[in-house]
Amino acid sequence: MNYTLTTLAAKAAENGISADSFWDYKASNILTPAVTLLLVWGALTMYRNTFWGPRLKMAFKSLTARFGLLLAAIFFVIAFMDSISWISESSKEEQAKYSVALSKPRTLLDRSFSLFTGVPEYKFKEKASSAPMAKTEFRESDIIDPETGEKKRMKAGLTYTHIMGTNSGGIDTCYAVLKGVRPAVLIGTLPLLITLPIALIFGVCAGYFGGKFDDLVVFIYTTLSSIPSLLLLIAIVYSMGKDMTAVCVALGVTSWVGLCRLVRGETMKLRELEYIQAAKCLGVPIYKTILRHILPNLTHIILITCILTFTALVLSESILAYLGIGLAGSWGSMIANAKSEIAQDPVIWWNLVFSSCALFMLVLSVNIVGDALRDALDPKHSGE
Amino acid sequence: MIAYILRRLVLGIPTIIGTLLLLFVIFYQISDPDQMARSAQGEKATPESILNWKQKRGYSIEESELKILAEEALGKEANEKELLAWKLKNGDMPSYYNTRKEGLQKLTETTFYTFTRKMVTFDFGLSDYDSEAIWVKLRNGVIPSLFITAPIFFCGLFLSVFLSMLVAMFRGTYIDKIVVFGCITGMSIVYFLYIIGLQFVMAKTLKWFPISGWSDNHMVYFLILPWIIGTLATVWESIRFYRTIMIQEINSDYIRTARAKGLGDLPILYKHLLRNAMIPILTRVIMALPYLVTGSLLLESFFGIPGLGRMTVEAINFNDLPTLSAVAYLSSIIFILANIVSDISYTFVDPRVRLK
Repeated sequence: MNYTLTTLAAKAAENGISADSFWDYKASNILTPAVTLLLVWGALTMYRNTFWGPRLKMAFKSLTARFGLLLAAIFFVIAFMDSISWISESSKEEQAKYSVALSKPRTLLDRSFSLFTGVPEYKFKEKASSAPMAKTEFRESDIIDPETGEKKRMKAGLTYTHIMGTNSGGIDTCYAVLKGVRPAVLIGTLPLLITLPIALIFGVCAGYFGGKFDDLVVFIYTTLSSIPSLLLLIAIVYSMGKDMTAVCVALGVTSWVGLCRLVRGETMKLRELEYIQAAKCLGVPIYKTILRHILPNLTHIILITCILTFTALVLSESILAYLGIGLAGSWGSMIANAKSEIAQDPVIWWNLVFSSCALFMLVLSVNIVGDALRDALDPKHSGE
Repeated sequence: MIAYILRRLVLGIPTIIGTLLLLFVIFYQISDPDQMARSAQGEKATPESILNWKQKRGYSIEESELKILAEEALGKEANEKELLAWKLKNGDMPSYYNTRKEGLQKLTETTFYTFTRKMVTFDFGLSDYDSEAIWVKLRNGVIPSLFITAPIFFCGLFLSVFLSMLVAMFRGTYIDKIVVFGCITGMSIVYFLYIIGLQFVMAKTLKWFPISGWSDNHMVYFLILPWIIGTLATVWESIRFYRTIMIQEINSDYIRTARAKGLGDLPILYKHLLRNAMIPILTRVIMALPYLVTGSLLLESFFGIPGLGRMTVEAINFNDLPTLSAVAYLSSIIFILANIVSDISYTFVDPRVRLK
């Protein structure tokens, strides 16, 4: 059986939810750079700020924190590369002749991967799982140039080594692990887009205005948090139809309570401070007081909670994947699939080990960054 | 005190109603009864059996009334097939408000009312999956669940409180840094890897423990490995949590005074530090209690332990909504009660706290 990208996608769709149904590649091409620019702009503004700048510098003074930042940056760059894709124009006429895979948009990651190894990524296919360091030899006619659609001229048989082996579908594990970065980053960030506005608006308004609105917000979040979050999550995903939007909405709805509680408490404290009272007396409009005096004082709480929520989201996706509602191609579903492989004889360990290693490194690096920021920005947690 | 407890209990009622409404909307409003009937009966589902299933579970109007309504709408000469199709299409019980009825029945002849009445009277009925009484399933599941989660929780609590006090003693030194880094590393590992990895190494390769299974007479034999795994997987986060609290407390004046008096390290730790750190510890313990009852989803399904967690996973896999809503409803009630208990317990730990 010939495993091309289409069969890879079909295989992935069997195991979980396809990420492509949510983000068409064109939307992804526009949105990803926009979001990246926004994030970089935010980080730069904060770094240039006279108050936060020195604190950020202090946070990343230690070697571990810098290592974590570097590792996290690498993961984010990989996710970025995997989000930019296009169909090669010249290959379109030839696609029917050679392979369906050529008509698929190939991401920057695919292209650089095939450039790096010399073999197009959809050719990393075996008939079944093979151990790490297994070699594949390609015949001359096997290699098609993805750009021109021509068969490449190879003098001797080109060999490709599956450094991490292949999975039961014959797909190179190294490639699958790299492709898993994007779902992980998406599942960590997209629910935050729901969490942040809800938590901030509810938290700040409840804390600032108090009274009836405060009672309402407290009622909503006690009700939400009194249903066990995993059950709520599963219920929402099941009732909305298992697609990526449902997973993100469910994760967003269940994760805003913690941040909202924190923001509400902090706003109540800030409300009584002299400068807020002064602003009130001087007749500054409420929205201006909130934007200029309250929100900047919540920055550290928001930042730290976001980073720590990211890791929690990525880890909880693996539990969802075990229950059959994870994202396609994510590390969580790789681990869930590897559960049965580990019981076989001979033991197929590489899928489990490499996917969970990648997940571990992403979560660890983000955790280190979050911890460093927390120590530097939040006076309560400085261990001095 | 009693007035306070009563008021809190009364204030818990809107929360419970809110929870019920939320559960109803999620479980019964968004999911389709026809779909549920089809998945419950599998391949052999016929229109008659689907209608029968819906009527039995209160999703559809009763047969005697439905027959009259269908004949009114289609006329006397309609054949059986048309009648059945009409009944399936238009026979659904209204969700919140029944326009066909008079007086109070407008509200009571609805799915929401039936659902609420069932939940409030704790009459959960039969499971959609194996038609067993849900109460019996719950009762059988609670004990294995408690046996697996309670030792993990209390062992982890003891370990983490003890270790965090030690770390707070050595704050700022290399010991502290190593422990904190170790905690972050331990927290970053997926729960799965602990389970699959340790099950593979300790049970399959070294053969110290059975791989999975359950027997009422030899519980401990099957439970040791889940206990080890559960403790290892969850202890890191709580060590870091308690370390923060201990460090906040250890910098306070009374510790310095105790030290100035010439008190030794150990008495300071568990006479002064531990007692003052009791409020956050107690909150965490009491808030974790509901989760002890609901069991561990992953551990139970990996080790084949017939607890509530595994029951929940099965209910999810077979779209068994009555069981799921019963579990969710009961655990929310326990959660609300735990919330009240944790507030009351502050008065025992800290005499300065007065409840009003």
